[in-house]
Amino acid sequence: MEKVFGRPNSLRNVATHYCPGCGHGIAHRLICEVVDELNIRERVIAVAPVGCAVIAYDYWDFDCSEAAHGRALAVATAIKRVHPETVVFTYQGDGDLAAIGTNETIHAANRGENLSVVFINNAIYGMTGGQMAPTTLLGQKTATTPSGRQAGSAGFPLKISEMLASLAGVYSVERASLHAPQEIVRAKKAIKQAFINQMENKGFSLVEVLSPCPTYWGMSPKEALDWIKDALIKEFPLGKLK
Amino acid sequence: MGRIAVDKDKCKGCLLCASVCPKEAIITDSGLNKMGIKAVKPKEGADCSGCAMCALICPECCITVYK
Ligand SMILES: Cc1ncc(C[n+]2csc(CCOP(=O)(O)OP(=O)(O)O)c2C)c(N)n1
Repeated sequence: MEKVFGRPNSLRNVATHYCPGCGHGIAHRLICEVVDELNIRERVIAVAPVGCAVIAYDYWDFDCSEAAHGRALAVATAIKRVHPETVVFTYQGDGDLAAIGTNETIHAANRGENLSVVFINNAIYGMTGGQMAPTTLLGQKTATTPSGRQAGSAGFPLKISEMLASLAGVYSVERASLHAPQEIVRAKKAIKQAFINQMENKGFSLVEVLSPCPTYWGMSPKEALDWIKDALIKEFPLGKLK
Repeated sequence: MGRIAVDKDKCKGCLLCASVCPKEAIITDSGLNKMGIKAVKPKEGADCSGCAMCALICPECCITVYK
């Protein structure tokens, strides 16, 4: 028998700190598969976020930098401009990219920085204990919306990918999901394309990835995947936005 | 015909692999792993096709698939 699936070389051979059923582990692996397939392990530089993935550099066996909360795209802009031969990507949660970092996100996108962004949307702040995120659904219960998010006081789920797609500086935006094996294959394809775009100097490419947080959604890992399919996707439809 | 190998000490027992396996060929181990978790293991005599759906969805990347 032949090995048909195994750990990518650039994913360190260690257990992660993530909760059972968390999507970050899947997304980390997809990035490593893409890095290996494009043979850019010596060229790639990741910028890790503040959030549950804050120590992603403990799992990725390539160069990484950390950024202050929300500032990954500002740090990535500097790295890419100083080292244009590198392939620079940010990996950011919805709290990081679409709340505290909205400013950096919008301006890096509007400047058309030649970067790749992997945006993990789990509709909640995981690291700090399950508070409402800008992407939290209406009615969704979180630590700060115990009876469900209400539009009157907390506004609506923020569709930052759609907003970014409207900017002239942005080359490509796609939304994918991790709720089923076939979707995971699609998500990988989208991430790979975002990296290729940068290598071809096409400009700013973002992939939003809907990702499960069973712990703070108060669900089993399987229920969390079903909730993405039945609820999250209705608000955040999959596919190419630009 | 296929076969999977589980890196037991990395498994967190989330059972997503078992939930997507079309052959119901993945079950929970009886003992605990290093993290004190009941890991998964391939069911003996099951008809694994080596489709790798389990490995694709595994958040810990602890399943190797052979075909
Ligand atoms: C300047 C600053 N403000 C607030 C925090 C607290 N904080 C840490 S992570 C986080 C949100 C993380 O949510 P998200 O980006 O969605 O990532 P997740 O943990 O869900 O993966 C917040 C508010 C901080 N670390 N620094």
